[in-house]
Amino acid sequence: MTHGSAHAHEAGAGAHRTSMGLDSRKMAFWAFIGSECLLFGSLISTYLVYKGRSLTGPFPHEILNIPFTSFSTFDLLMSSLAMVLALAAVQRGDMKQGKLWLLVTALLGLVFLAGQFWEFSHFVREGLGLTTNLFGSTFYVLTGTHGAHVTVGVIWLLTLWVQALRGKLGPANAMTVEITGLYWHFVDVVWIVIFTVVYLIQ
Amino acid sequence: MSEQAHATTATYLRIAAILVMITLIEVGVFYVPTFQALLVPILLVLSAVKFTLVVMFYMHLKFDNRFFAFLFGGPLLLGVAVVVSLLFIFYGAVRLRTGT
Repeated sequence: MTHGSAHAHEAGAGAHRTSMGLDSRKMAFWAFIGSECLLFGSLISTYLVYKGRSLTGPFPHEILNIPFTSFSTFDLLMSSLAMVLALAAVQRGDMKQGKLWLLVTALLGLVFLAGQFWEFSHFVREGLGLTTNLFGSTFYVLTGTHGAHVTVGVIWLLTLWVQALRGKLGPANAMTVEITGLYWHFVDVVWIVIFTVVYLIQ
Repeated sequence: MSEQAHATTATYLRIAAILVMITLIEVGVFYVPTFQALLVPILLVLSAVKFTLVVMFYMHLKFDNRFFAFLFGGPLLLGVAVVVSLLFIFYGAVRLRTGT
């Protein structure tokens, strides 16, 4: 946080400092992200425990499309870059850039969701449903939960973008954008793990 | 240590370039038969590097108060421990049952 934005944070309505001098919303959000680690840890555990235990196909190596998913990974990584650029712009009071990068982040999130929708539709056409086999059950629950998180993130980003368009978002609300960014980057790091564990290690 | 200054735009761009390069290496390693024997450890290390870069620079843990690192790192380690423990329990049980 820059010196200027630190003042903005202090001035921000609803800024609450804990006895440690930290923003209470940010502290609470890090605790929430910690709990999310356990949620995704349990889903990844379930996927790994049942890995290779399906008795009927389709099996992962028959159906997973690595080039396509690599593009989705690239898309999500670029959305994280757009998110930090949005935060930096809002913190320095450049709302034109802030609005642009918030919209870019949301659009990249939508591209990821469109890709996941296409992937799921393709898998269903290939015969892999939620109850087809252990791979289908664990794959859809893990990647679907992640996709639900991306959906929430996109809605959150678009809400912020609309607020920015209405002039209700500025350096004084930089912490709101920072917390949104924390959520969005967490969604990105979860995908980094899923891409490796589910798609590349077959 | 209180909440500190974040990284610069140039740093964010460099991190993005590194993340893309690591992803390309991951996909490359996946397709090269020579690396098949070491595929899992290589991919896990590369994935951990990407994870760390995003958390440290994009989520600003490198610059923020260490208490945030504690709030995130504690449950993260617990989550990893759950994954590893379940794998040991499950595959240990399978090996005992099959005698392999």
